[in-house]
Amino acid sequence: MTSMGNIFEFDTLSLHAGQSPDSENGSRAVPIYQTTSYVFKGVDHAASMFNLERPGHIYSRISNPTTAVLEERISALEGGVGAVATASGHAALVLGILTIMGQGGHIVASSALYGGTHNLFSHTLPRFGITTTKVDPRDVDGFRSAIKPETRLVFGETIGNPGLEVLNIPAIATVAHEAGLPLMLDSTFATPHLCKPFDHGADLIVHSATKWLGGHGVAIGGLLVDGGKFDWENSGLFPTLTEPYDGYHGLDFVEEFGPQAFIMRARAEGLRDFGACMSPTTAFHILQGIETLPLRMEKHVRNAREIAEFLGGSDAVEWVVYPELDDHPDKALASELLPKGAGSMIAFGIKGGREAGKTFIERLQVWSHLANVGDAKSLVIHPASTTHQQMDADTMKKAGLSEDLVRLSVGLENIDDLKADLKQALRAATIRKVV
Amino acid sequence: METQVHGKSVFFSTGGAKFNNAERTIIFIHGAGMDRTVWSMQARFFAHHGFTVVNLDLPGHGKSEGPACATIEEYSDWLCELIDCLDLHRVSIVGHSMGSLVALCSGAKLEKKIQKIALLGTLPKIQVHPDLLTSAMNNKHGAFETIVGWGVGRKAQIGGHKAPGSWIAGASMRLLETSKPGVLGNDLNACNVWEGGLESAGQIKCPVLLLLGEDDRMTPPKGTKELTKALHNSETIILHGAGHMMMTEQPDQTIETLSDFFE
Repeated sequence: MTSMGNIFEFDTLSLHAGQSPDSENGSRAVPIYQTTSYVFKGVDHAASMFNLERPGHIYSRISNPTTAVLEERISALEGGVGAVATASGHAALVLGILTIMGQGGHIVASSALYGGTHNLFSHTLPRFGITTTKVDPRDVDGFRSAIKPETRLVFGETIGNPGLEVLNIPAIATVAHEAGLPLMLDSTFATPHLCKPFDHGADLIVHSATKWLGGHGVAIGGLLVDGGKFDWENSGLFPTLTEPYDGYHGLDFVEEFGPQAFIMRARAEGLRDFGACMSPTTAFHILQGIETLPLRMEKHVRNAREIAEFLGGSDAVEWVVYPELDDHPDKALASELLPKGAGSMIAFGIKGGREAGKTFIERLQVWSHLANVGDAKSLVIHPASTTHQQMDADTMKKAGLSEDLVRLSVGLENIDDLKADLKQALRAATIRKVV
Repeated sequence: METQVHGKSVFFSTGGAKFNNAERTIIFIHGAGMDRTVWSMQARFFAHHGFTVVNLDLPGHGKSEGPACATIEEYSDWLCELIDCLDLHRVSIVGHSMGSLVALCSGAKLEKKIQKIALLGTLPKIQVHPDLLTSAMNNKHGAFETIVGWGVGRKAQIGGHKAPGSWIAGASMRLLETSKPGVLGNDLNACNVWEGGLESAGQIKCPVLLLLGEDDRMTPPKGTKELTKALHNSETIILHGAGHMMMTEQPDQTIETLSDFFE
């Protein structure tokens, strides 16, 4: 039995949670319910569903039987009370934020963020009156001192991007809870196989399911998971959850739904009104990925450890960042929070800077040069020559990047093939530099 | 909505509709260590289908002031007091697990006011394993794990819930985790020592529904034979594939069965 009282273990839940075999046809695979809408049993039945008196599906923007399987499955794997699937990881993040705050709200966030999240917090949300203070992810006191009366959320990434900082979830959660605030984490890089943030004090989790959960680079999707632990009422800062909502005939979500208040509001209002829902076909693709998540993550981690060691021994490499390495400042924290492995992202510095990085990327054959992570295939990007090419060295440094930084997402190929490909590309980059 | 019993604050949800004590009223009573939110769908449904709903937090549970009552008789006396305070006259009671014992005990005392009683996940005598009792008394998380592991049926442990995205095992665990220290142990002990089930059943004249889960391993349906014999006017319905937490595992079927019973 698990600590959540579930009689089934993680790998069993990865395959089964959320799905009963289809009662009509016995379909063992999750069927794709490619439908926009659902025939009501009658007028009263329809009215009851619209009024949240009865469960069921009304319209696929709000829920769909295929996406519901995915939502239940991620809830089971994370140990939450419920989830909402969204059109992308970013949609999940925005949905989570807008469910608990509006104009005048403030977020205290780790500064180690995915670039898209950085843009959202720094440029887009301020247009809607929501501001963010960014804090060094290792500065626990910095989180405390950045909290203002109008703060409504503390946010971070379980494993930061691109610096691979491991967030001290228990300490940051304590800071948040002492201020009556929830802690939301982007746990994309960890997946629930490597870290279950709710067990360490987090309250809400977002995933870009596009990455390791889906695992095959075929579908864009996001997941917002509610841990059900945060006491919205006692905090007194969240009227969207604790006061009557005119958009649902005066419904008080905490009063009616208790630990599921947040996720019920996120669906009932957020999906209904913002509409960033996941398509059932996408949900099917991501479910296919999750079925093998434990197996894939084991090999992702195994390969990443070998690649980190290989790079550390290469003359063409200046430095390597991987949270399990001895010189990583979060090594001890990683072993505590990520005991099965610190993920499969590696950053390293190539000797020769921007030009060497460019040559290295061009000579790779097995590693794919693209802007994604978490694929079964190994991926690589050199920010200085691609995503950040318009920045000079000083500007990149301020963004936590350097001209020599290469980011790897280690996939599932044969480890010798991966090493051989890196070796020949590093040699080519070095030779070119010498010539 | 809040009221007072014996000077202590009592909270109940009305299912999203106005409280009107002139209407037929259904009182929902949760089980050990739980609170009103286990009835969220049923409370909302009946509140919008001709009933006033009093979806209770028992003393010391949810948002009601403590302490929790030590015995089923005390819970029942408290309930009778609440019914008087709210000036309710046409009352039906729906009780789950420990709440079903409170309903049985109260039904025997309030014969003239009670119109119908529905007992979910019930037995005339709910015995609790000594190890679970000790664990719960000591606020061990293992007690919650046992309750969820045994209480949520095997089908619901896999999922496929009709409320989209809702993970019932997780929600049940969170409810127990948010209970006040010692409350689950107190409640389990109250169940364990109560011997009055069959005697109370014999004093109840109103119609009684036994709504049971086929896969209920905490209060198995086969244990209700003596209870149905003792009751004067009862019917039994077993929900296929449901465990002990049938109202959260199968909210629709629970609503439909209760709706047929109350109409």
